[in-house]
Amino acid sequence: MIEEYLIVEPINAPESIDLIALAPVLVLSVFAMGVLVLDLWVGKNKTLLMFISLVGLLMTAISAFAKHPLPAFAFTDSYIVDHLSIFFICIFTLSSALTILLSFEYNERKGIKAGEYYALILLCTVGMIILASSTDMIMIFLGIEIVSICLYVLAGFRRDDPVSNEAALKYFLLGAFATGFLLYGMALIYGSTGSTNLFKIAGFIKTEGTQSNPLILMGIVFLVIGFGFKVAAVPFHMWAPDVYHGSPTPVTAFMAVGPKAAAFAAFFRVFAEAIPDMSLSWEILLCIIAVLSMFVGNLGAIMQTNIKRMLAFSSISHAGYLLIAVIAKSSLAGSGLLFYMLAYAFTTFGAFGIVILLGKKEKENLELENYSGLAYKHPILALSMTVFLLSLGGLPPFAGFVAKFYIFSAAIEEGFVTLVVIAVLNSAISFYYYLKVVVFMYMKEPNSEFQISLTPMTLFVVIVGIIGTVELGIFPDPIIALTNLH
Amino acid sequence: MFLTFITFLPIIGALFLAFFPKENEGAIKQTALAIAAADFLLSLFLWTNFDNSTHKMQFELNISWIESWGINYHIGLDGISLLLYVMTTFLTMICVIASWDVKKHIREYMMAMLALSTGMLGVFISLDLFLFYVFWEFQLVPMYIIVGVWGGPRRIYAAVKFFIYTAVGSLLMLVAIIWIYFHVKETTGVATADILFITDNISAPLDAQKWLWMAFFLAFAIKVPMFPFHTWLPDAHVEAPTAGSVILAGVLLKMGTYGFLRFNLPFFPQASYDFMPFIAWLSIIGIVYGALVSMVQEDLKKLVAYSSVSHLGFVMLGIFALNEYGIQGALIQNINHGISTGALFLLVGVIYDRRHTRLIKEFGGLSKQMPVYAVCFMIVALSSIGLPGMNGFVGEFLILLGIFQVSGLWAACATSGVILAACYILWMFQRVMFLELNNPKNMKLKDLNVRELITVVPLLVLIFWIGLYPKPFMKTFDASVNHLVSRVSPDNFRPTKDHQEGGGHNASLMTKTELAKLSQRLQKTSHN
Repeated sequence: MIEEYLIVEPINAPESIDLIALAPVLVLSVFAMGVLVLDLWVGKNKTLLMFISLVGLLMTAISAFAKHPLPAFAFTDSYIVDHLSIFFICIFTLSSALTILLSFEYNERKGIKAGEYYALILLCTVGMIILASSTDMIMIFLGIEIVSICLYVLAGFRRDDPVSNEAALKYFLLGAFATGFLLYGMALIYGSTGSTNLFKIAGFIKTEGTQSNPLILMGIVFLVIGFGFKVAAVPFHMWAPDVYHGSPTPVTAFMAVGPKAAAFAAFFRVFAEAIPDMSLSWEILLCIIAVLSMFVGNLGAIMQTNIKRMLAFSSISHAGYLLIAVIAKSSLAGSGLLFYMLAYAFTTFGAFGIVILLGKKEKENLELENYSGLAYKHPILALSMTVFLLSLGGLPPFAGFVAKFYIFSAAIEEGFVTLVVIAVLNSAISFYYYLKVVVFMYMKEPNSEFQISLTPMTLFVVIVGIIGTVELGIFPDPIIALTNLH
Repeated sequence: MFLTFITFLPIIGALFLAFFPKENEGAIKQTALAIAAADFLLSLFLWTNFDNSTHKMQFELNISWIESWGINYHIGLDGISLLLYVMTTFLTMICVIASWDVKKHIREYMMAMLALSTGMLGVFISLDLFLFYVFWEFQLVPMYIIVGVWGGPRRIYAAVKFFIYTAVGSLLMLVAIIWIYFHVKETTGVATADILFITDNISAPLDAQKWLWMAFFLAFAIKVPMFPFHTWLPDAHVEAPTAGSVILAGVLLKMGTYGFLRFNLPFFPQASYDFMPFIAWLSIIGIVYGALVSMVQEDLKKLVAYSSVSHLGFVMLGIFALNEYGIQGALIQNINHGISTGALFLLVGVIYDRRHTRLIKEFGGLSKQMPVYAVCFMIVALSSIGLPGMNGFVGEFLILLGIFQVSGLWAACATSGVILAACYILWMFQRVMFLELNNPKNMKLKDLNVRELITVVPLLVLIFWIGLYPKPFMKTFDASVNHLVSRVSPDNFRPTKDHQEGGGHNASLMTKTELAKLSQRLQKTSHN
C-alpha cells in the first residue's frame, strides 16, 4: 500500500464522494443547522431543540456503523472509517448527549436561553468526528479549528459573568497561538516529505530514512506543542484551570471529555501512524511531557479548594496518563486509549453532574467546603461522588482502574516500565485529593443546609455515569472486545 | 459457588442494610449480626469439609471474567488461606458485637464493616492476580471510611495516611503483575493471570525476579507492616474505633504475610532465597524495635500497635526461615496474633469506652474494681507474651525452631523479642491493673458486661485451645506447607554442587524424614 502512495501522482479529477462513509458528519451537520434554523421559531422554550439535538446525536452514532467493509476511505484518502474512528464517534455522541442533558436544567437555572448553544455543541461534535477520522494533516487542522471555535464561544456563554468572559478570551488567545504552532509544524513536515497524508508521510520517512531531518524534527516539535495545548498537557496547560473554572459547568465537563478525546485521537493517529519511525526523537519528548503533566496536574490539584479547578488539574494529569498510550503507540495502546476515554467520559460526566446538582441559582457551591457532611444528608449522592472520584483515581473495581490497567499494560508490553512506575506513583498522589473530597463528604459535619433539587435530567446523567463506571469496572469484557483494533 | 456465596454474603447484606430506615438502630444491628454470624457458621462448613491431605486448591471455581485478557474469576482455598478465611468471618462477627454501642451513623458503620469483610475474604480466595488486586485495593475503601468517620481526633490524618501508604505499595505491585502477565504470555503463549498457572510456569531471569520480588515485597511489607514501613500502623490503630483496630490487626496485617506465602515464595523461590538474610534482619529489627518502642508508650493502644510490629516480625522471620517449622509457625502465629491482639484491642476498647482515655497513667489498681476484666486481660496478655499452654507459645516456639535451623544468631536475636515482650506487657499490666486504685474516676468503673464478655470469651477459649491442642489447626496446612517448602527448596534452582558448597544455612537444613519425625514429636508434646 505504501509503495502505491510514493508514486507522484498527477492530480486526478475528484472521485465520487463516498457519502456513506461520511454519513456521521453529514447527518450531524444537517441536524446542527436544523437546530439553528428552528431556533427562530421555537420561542423561549428550548425543549424541542434539545430533543432534536439528542435525536441527531443518536442518528449520528447509528450512521457511524453504516460503512462496510472497514477500513474505508473518503475524500481522496484523507478521511478514514475504521474501528478507532467508529468507537470515537460513539464516545463523542455519548459525551455530547450527556452534555446536552446536563445543560438543559443548568441553562434554565442560569438564564442561558440561546438556542445556538445546542447547535454549537452539535457543530463541535462534527469537528470532533472529523478530527478523529482524518488521515490528512489538512483535515486534522480543519477538525481542530471547528472544535476550537465552537469551544471559544461555549466557554464564554455566560455573557454577564466576567469569569466566563475571561475564560473565553484566554482560551481564544492561547488557542489561536497554539493553532499557529500546529499549522507551522504541519507545514514543515509537508515541506520535507511532500505530502500531508499521514500514510504517505510514513512511507516517505520509511523509504528515505530521514530520521534526522531537522525540518521534520522541528515540525514534530511544533506538532507536539500544538497537540499538547489541545489536550492540556504540561507545559501547555496554563489555560486549563481558568477556562475550566470560568466556563458553564456542563461545558467544562464537555471540554474535559469530548474535544480532549478527539485531540487524542488525532494525536495518536499522527504519531503512531504517520511518524512512528521517528519515535526515537519524539518518544523522549512525549515522555517528559507525560511525566510533567502527571506531576503538575496531581500536585496542582492538591492545592485546589474549588472543585472545578481541582477537576481541571486532575484532567491535566489524565492527559499525562493518556500520553503514555501515544508513546506506547501499539494497537493495544490504541485500544487502551479508547477504553480510557470511554471510562473517563462516564466518570467525568457523573462527577460534574453531581457538581451541578449541588449548585443553586444564586450560588454555585463549588468550594470543597460546600461538600461537608453531604454523606449524611444525601447518602446516595455522596456515595456516587465517591465512586466517581475513586474511579478517576483508578481504584478497582471501577472503570478508571480497568482503563489504567489497559494503558499501563500496553506501555509495559512495549517496555516502558519506568514510565509506568512514575504513573502509578502519581495515581497514589492523586488519591490524596480525590479522597479530600471524600473526607469533606463523610468526615466533616455539614456547615450549611443543603437545598438540593434533584432535577431529573441531571440525575439521569449521574445514573448513566454510575452505571457506566461500575459496568466498565466489573464486567468490562464486552467493551474490551469492542475496543480491540485488530 | 458455595465459596462465592460466603464471600459475597456480607456485601449483599450491606446493600440490604441500606434500605433500613436510619432510626431503626436495633434492627440494623441485629441484621448485621445475623449476616456476620451466618457467614461465620457457613465458613465453618468449609473447614469441616476441608481435605487436609492435599495441598491442592479446594472449593475451586474458575469461570471466565474478562475473556479478551484471559482473566478469570478463579477462587479456591488451600491450607494457607483456609484458617485466615475462617478467622476473617469470625472476627467480623466479633467486631459487629463489639460495635454495638457505636453512637453515630450505625447503619453506615455496619455497612462499611460488612463490605470490608467481603473485601478481605476475597483477598484470601483469589487465584487470579487481577481478581486478587481488585479485592486487595477494594478493601482499603471501607477501612478508610471506618477509620476516617468513626475514629479518634486525628482520624482524617490517620485514614489518609493508611490509604496512601498502602496504595503506593500496591500500585507498584500492579506494575509487577502486568509485567508477569506479559512475561508468561511471551514464554508460554498463554495470556493468563491465573496464580496457579503462573506459579508453575514463571521462569523469569534472576535479575527480573529480584525486581519483581521487590515490587511484591513493598506491597506486602507495608501491609504487614515490616520495619521501616510501619509508620502508618500506630496512627491507624490509635485513631481507629475498637472494631477497626481489631480487624486491622486481626486480618488486614495478615493479608501482607499471606501475600508473601502466596506470591513471593512460590513465584520467586530463588529471589526469596537470596533475600532471606535481608528479610531476616529487617524482621529482627522490627521485633526488637517494636518491643522497645512499645515499652515507652503511654497510650495503651499505641503500645498494642507497636507490639503488633514486633509480633509480625516473628511471623515474617518464620516465613523466611523457608522451612516447614518456620512456615507452620508463621501460619499459626498469624492466627494467634489475630486472636491475642484482637482481644487486647477489644479490652483496651472496653476501658476507653468507660473512661475516654487510654493513657496508662490515668489507670492503676483496676483489678480491684474490675476483677473479671483483669482476669481476661491477664490471660490475653500472657498469651501475647507466649506463655506455654497458650497459643502464642506454639507459634513462637515453632518459628524459633525453624529459624534456629537456619541461623543460631538470628534465633538468639529474635528470642530477645520474647523477653522484651514480657517486659512491656507485664509492666503495662502492672501499671494498669495493680498499684493503688487512687484515681477517683476509676472508682466507679463497671466490670465487663454481658455483651463485652460475649466478644472476649470466644477469643479466650481459642487462646487455650490453640495453646493446648493445636492439632486441628496445624493439620489444615501441613500438606500445603510441605508443598510450599519443596517449591522454595534451593535444590530447585541451584545445581547440587553449588548447594553443598553454599554450606552455611543449607547444611543445617534437615532431611524430610527427620523433619517429619520432629514435627510428630512436637505435636505429641503440645498435646500433653
